[in-house]
Amino acid sequence: MKKIFLLGNPNVGKSVVFSRLTGVRVIASNYPGTTIEVDKGYLKAGTDQFEVVDLPGTYSLEPTSKAEEVTVRLLKENSKEDITVINIVDATNLERNLYLTLQLIEEGYSVIVCLNMCDDTKHRGINIDVDKLEKLLTVPVISTCAVTGVGIKFLIQRLKEAKLNARKELSHQQRWQEIGEIVESVQQLTHRHHNLREILEDASIRPFTGMLISVLVIFTSFKVVRFIGEWLITNICDPFFFNYYQPVLEKLSLSLGREGFWHHLLIGDLINGGIDFKQSLGVLTTAPYIEFAMVLPYIVSFYFILSILEDVGFIPRLAMLLDNLLHRLGLHGFAIIPVLLGFGCNVPGILSTRILESKRERFIASTLISIGIPCVPLQAMIFGILGKISGLYVAGVYLVLFSIWLVLGSILNRTLKGYSPEFLVEIPPYRLPPLSVLFHKLFFRIKAFIFEAAPVVLLGVLLVNLFLTFGLFNLITNIFSPIVKGLFGLPKEAVVALAIGFFRKEVAVGLLMPLGLNVKQLFIASVLLAVSFPCIATFVVLLRELGLRGVIKATAIMAATAIIVGTILNFGIRY
Amino acid sequence: MKEDQKGVVCEVSAGSSLKNRLLSMGIYPGREITKLSHFALRGPVAIRVGRSVLAIGHGMAGKITLEVV
Repeated sequence: MKKIFLLGNPNVGKSVVFSRLTGVRVIASNYPGTTIEVDKGYLKAGTDQFEVVDLPGTYSLEPTSKAEEVTVRLLKENSKEDITVINIVDATNLERNLYLTLQLIEEGYSVIVCLNMCDDTKHRGINIDVDKLEKLLTVPVISTCAVTGVGIKFLIQRLKEAKLNARKELSHQQRWQEIGEIVESVQQLTHRHHNLREILEDASIRPFTGMLISVLVIFTSFKVVRFIGEWLITNICDPFFFNYYQPVLEKLSLSLGREGFWHHLLIGDLINGGIDFKQSLGVLTTAPYIEFAMVLPYIVSFYFILSILEDVGFIPRLAMLLDNLLHRLGLHGFAIIPVLLGFGCNVPGILSTRILESKRERFIASTLISIGIPCVPLQAMIFGILGKISGLYVAGVYLVLFSIWLVLGSILNRTLKGYSPEFLVEIPPYRLPPLSVLFHKLFFRIKAFIFEAAPVVLLGVLLVNLFLTFGLFNLITNIFSPIVKGLFGLPKEAVVALAIGFFRKEVAVGLLMPLGLNVKQLFIASVLLAVSFPCIATFVVLLRELGLRGVIKATAIMAATAIIVGTILNFGIRY
Repeated sequence: MKEDQKGVVCEVSAGSSLKNRLLSMGIYPGREITKLSHFALRGPVAIRVGRSVLAIGHGMAGKITLEVV
C-alpha cells in the first residue's frame, strides 16, 4: 500500500489535517510538539487506498530531539517511490516553513504542499499568490483550513499529481536566499494596526505583564475547574447515585440476605444498616461511585480547561515565564508541558517528556512528575476528603508537593551527570479554537479515561475484597506496619491502601475513607499517595521511556522521598 | 540590546547541532531579528524572526552576536 507522510514544522496543524484525512481522532493543540508518537490511519481516494502517517513536527531533516528523530528515521526507512509527502505549511509563517519544504524537494521526495491556516492569513494582512508559489516550488500547492475542513477535498484530489522530484541540493545559505526570493514574489503584506489579540500576544511575553497574565489565568483556571467539578457532582452525579442507583442496590442487598460472601463482594459492608457509597467498599457500590461521582466530574472539568489553554496557545508563554525556575531544577521552560499533562494523568505526562532533548532532562522530568504531580483522580479524591474539612489542608498538600519538587529537583540537578540544554521554543500566536474541535478533544480524553480507568477500578476493588476475605493482606500489612505505623503515624490497615495505590490512586483513597483517620493522618496519607510509587500504568511507561536502570533509580528516589517526607510530616509538623 | 531594537546576526558561535537548529528556525548570519523582551536573572529572551516569535534561553542567546541597526 502506498504511504502518505504528513510532515511539517511543529504546530502547523498536521494532526488536524490527519484527522480530516482519515477520520481518526488525535489530540491537537496549539503548541509545538503535541504529537510525540506516530499515528496511523487510512484514506481512500478514488480507487487507491493509502496509509496516512502523522509524524512529530520538525524544522529540518537534521533532527534535534527524540520526537524529531522518529520523524527523520521513518522517512529514511522507506524508499522514495513508496511514499507521498504532504508537507503542511503554516501560511501565516511562510518563510520559516519553506526551509523544510525545500529540503524535502531537494531530497527528491514526491511532495505536495498543503498551505494550512489560510483563514488566519486574512486577519493578519497576508496575501499569498498560490499559483505562483506552485510554479516556483514546482510541486502542487493547495491552500486549506484544516480546522474547518476547507480545501481538504482538493488536497485529496491532487494527491496523484505529486511526483518524484530532482532538484539541485543547496547549501543552507543558498536555501534561505532562495526562500527570501520566493516569499518576496508570492507574499504581499498589508500593514495593519495592532489589534487586541496582538497586544495580548505581546504583553504575555514581557516579564511583568506576562507574570500578571499567567497568575490570573492559572488562578481562574483552578477556580473554574473546581467550580465545574463541584457543580457536576452536586447537581448531576450525586442525585443520580442517591436517588436512582441506591434504591436498586438496597433491593439487591436485601435479596442477597444482607450478608455473606457475594454480598460482601458486590455491596460491601453496610454502614448504619444501609449502603454508604463512600465506605461500603463493594464492586457495585464504592467502585462506581468513586469513578463516576468523585473522579469523572473533575476529569471533565480539568480537561475542558486544559484543552482551552492548549488550543489558545497560552502554554508556551507560561513555559517562557517558568524557564528560570525550571532551569534550577535541571529542566527548562518547555518541561511545563509534560507537567501540566501529568496533572491530568501521569502517563501522557511522562510520554510527552520526549519533547525534551537530553536523556538527563527526561529522567529528571519523569521522576519529578511521578513523585510530585498528583493526577486528577487522586486530586479529586483529596478534594473530596480533605476539602470537606478545610481548603487549607488541600492547599497544604500542594505546598508540600511543590517544596518536594524544588528540593528534589535541585538535588537531581546537582548530582546527575550530563547537561541540560537550553530553552529554544517557538511561541505560537493566540488562536481561538472552534468549539467543535474543543469538544471533540474533550470527548476523546473522557472516553479514554472511562475505558481505561473504570475497568481497573472495578478490578481493584474486587481484588481488595477477595484478598480481605481470605486474609491475604495480613502478610504485607505486618511487614510494612513498622514503617507505616512507626514513622508515618498511620494505622496498619493503611498499608493496604498505600499498596493499592499501585493499582489506582482513587481506589487507595477510597480504602482510606472507612478507616476513620483523623485530619493529620488523612493529610499524611494524601501526600504519601502522591509521593510514593505511581500507579502501575505509569510504571509501564517509565520502564519504556527510561529503561530498566532508569526505573530502578527512579524507584529508589521515590521510596526515599516517601519515607523522608512521611516522617517529617508526622514528627516535624504540628497540626 | 534594548527591547524592540533590531539587529542583524553577525555570528552564531555554537556547536554544529545548535547552529543547525537555529538555522532551521531562521537564525543565521545576515538575518535581521527584533528583540522583544528578556527576563531577569538570566531568564529567556524573546525575539521576532520574520513572522515567528522565538523564546531563547539566556546562554544560547549569548552565543548569537548581533550588529544593532
